[in-house]
Order: sequence, then C-alpha cells, then structure tokens
Amino acid sequence: MNDEVPATVDLQALLREANVLDVLEALDRDLVGLRPVKQRIRDIAAYLVVSKARSSLGLTGAPPSLHMSFTGNPGTGKTTVAMRMAEILHRLGYVRKGHLVSVTRDDLVGQYIGHTAPKTKEVLKRAMGGVLFIDEAYYLYRPENERDYGQEAIEILLQVMENQRDDLVVILAGYKDRMDTFFKSNPGMASRIAHHIDFPDYSEGELYEIAGLMLAKLDYRLDPGAEAALHEYIAMRRTQPNFANARSIRNALDRARLRQANRLFAAAAPVTREALQTISAADIRASRVFQGG
Amino acid sequence: MRVTQGTFSFLPDLTDAEISAQVEYALRQGWALAVEYTDEPHPRNVYWEMWGMPMFDLKDAAGAMMEVNACRKAFPDHYIKINAFDSTQGWESTRLSFIVNRPKNEPGFRVVRQETAGRSIRYTIESYAVDRPEGSRY
Repeated sequence: MNDEVPATVDLQALLREANVLDVLEALDRDLVGLRPVKQRIRDIAAYLVVSKARSSLGLTGAPPSLHMSFTGNPGTGKTTVAMRMAEILHRLGYVRKGHLVSVTRDDLVGQYIGHTAPKTKEVLKRAMGGVLFIDEAYYLYRPENERDYGQEAIEILLQVMENQRDDLVVILAGYKDRMDTFFKSNPGMASRIAHHIDFPDYSEGELYEIAGLMLAKLDYRLDPGAEAALHEYIAMRRTQPNFANARSIRNALDRARLRQANRLFAAAAPVTREALQTISAADIRASRVFQGG
Repeated sequence: MRVTQGTFSFLPDLTDAEISAQVEYALRQGWALAVEYTDEPHPRNVYWEMWGMPMFDLKDAAGAMMEVNACRKAFPDHYIKINAFDSTQGWESTRLSFIVNRPKNEPGFRVVRQETAGRSIRYTIESYAVDRPEGSRY
C-alpha cells in the first residue's frame, strides 16, 4: 500500500522537478520589458504548481482552465510568449506534447457550407496535446455578415475548449480594442477564457535593448556612430504610422544588414572579420525614416 | 460470433485508454492514422469506408480519439478500425490495424456449398448480416 497521502508538499521542489525555472529565467533573459506579462506567467506557473500540490495531497481540484487571451499591439511578443507558454505548460504537465499550432481565420473557416467544421476540427486535432494559438482571433467573428462561417468555427472551438480542457490549451491573440469587441459579442468565448494578458508597448530604451539582442544573436555589432543613429531611428520610427514594435526593429535591422552588404561590395577591397560584423552609422542613416518618409 | 481481425484480434476488446496508448505508440513511430468503418464483416473485405482523411500531422492521441468517437457516434453498430500507415520508403504500408468498435450483435457466418462438375464442392462463407441491404445490417 503506497497510496498514502503525504503530509506536506515542497512547492519549490515541485517547481524544480518540473524544470520550469529555467524556462522562466530564459523568458526573463530573452524578452526585454513586458513586466506585467512575465508576472502573469509566473503567477500562472505558481498556480499550476499549487494545484498540482493540492491534487497530490488528495484535495479536490477541477483541472484549471488555462485558455488565455493575449492582447497587444503588433510586434509586442505575443507569439514568442505563446511559444514559451507551451513549453511551460508542457513542463508542468498540463499539456502532453507542448507543441504550438499557430493559425489564423483562414485555417479555421471554410469557404462554403460544410467546409468549416472539418477544417476547424482538422486544426484542433493537430493541436491536441499542445497549444492552439489563434492570431487575430477577432476576424473569426464578422458581425456585418450574418451568414459568415466564422460563427461555426467559434462554436466548435467553444465545444472543444469546454469538453477537452486537458487535451489542449487555446490562446487567442489580437489587438486590444478589437479583441474587446470580439469578447463582448461572444460572451461564451469570454467566459471560457480565464487569463487575459495585456502586452504593453515597448519603450524606446527597451526597443534599443531588443535591437542589441537581435544583433548579438546574428553576430553583428554597431559601431558608436551606428548606436547613436539607431537611438535616433527608434525615436523617429515610433512616431510614424504602421509602427510594429519589435517587428519594425527587426525589419530595420534586416535592411541595415542589406545596406552593409552593399557597402562592403562597393568598397571592392578585401574585408576583415571585423568589417563583416560591423554595422556603421551610414547603414542606418540611409533609412527612409531619416528622409522624412 | 465475434469477428477477429487485425492486431490484438484474440485479445478482449481494448478499452479507450488502451486504444489511446496504442495510437500514442503509432504516433511515436511516425505513422499516420486513419479511421475506417464497415458493415460488411467478411474477412476478405479489405475495402472499408474511410472516416475522413488519414491524419498525417497529429502530435497527440487525443486527435485520433476525437475521430474515433465521432465515428462511433455516427455508426454505433458498425465495425470501426484504426489503421496506422508507415510512409517510410520500403514499408509504405499499414503497420498496425485493429478494431475499436463492433456491433452489439454479430450474427456470424454461414458456409455455402456449391456443387460443381464431378461432384466436387466449392465452399464459401457469407455473413448473415449481409442478407439485409447496406446500412441496415446491424
């Protein structure tokens, strides 16, 4: 008889056992800013550990509902965090496989009657045992067209979210205001999502730090002139339309790398390792942003 | 008469947990799963109806179980089987196939004797179930 219930549970040991601490640390290390998001993820991790401890002591506990909604502007790290979330949930044993299936409206909603249900089910089947990430989820609901098939997809999703809670976790993502209207018009969806996490915009300093991380990962570095130029660039780009936070920064860096390559070619001289790594001020200042565009 | 066919055919019917574990094994091997059903239990009937498309990109058994349950709901009194297909070059065939649902009442088979030239006899078997038309057999 070894099904005796232990008297105490070491929460820290449970946490260590799940190897979840290094994911949380990696989250802190790799993702700049996002303090409220990181805090919420820690909360959720703690909650999961506690509910695990509760069940090991024989206390009743319905499996926690883990469906989430990530709201925030483009490029604030929703997909990246979703990927980490899948990892954390997997390590804590709340999803069996820990893969992330990322879909949009097109993957769920069909084009003619009877096309939607199999399509949605196909996606759900693929996501079983992992996390289903629905980007721009508000497109599922189109109030202007009452025969839109999106509603059908929502109904199937709701059913699975409710009945197969231990098989998959659904994360809905999108812009804050449009997600709010989406939840308002789909109360069933709103009531099944326990965790609403809002992703704040990055500050200038954070964006600069992100740029640094991206470059370091790609083995590039900025010379002092380029550093100043990048600071200026970020300040100007932020005020322009279509600014997509980290994504805009990544694109800017991609273009700077392009210009750097061009510059090295034009020089038509043997290049050093150093030159191959360095992005100079000119590479950044050539951007459209500086020409008042 | 209980029809036995495929892997595990001489074991008692698998429970859902056991089916799920087998599916999990198949997925670990990288095999694709398919659900098929029929109401013609002849052992040589290899053309079962497909329940949806084969599932090539599943990660977890829950996805296949969802289809099995949907098929059971639609055809509670049919034979339903799960096939696991190995697409590796050289195999390219079914590696595992077992029945996951059967009619409550299986009437069994009759032997039909046909007298042919020279007093010789040809034997064949036929399920009593197929006396009735397709779809209303069980």
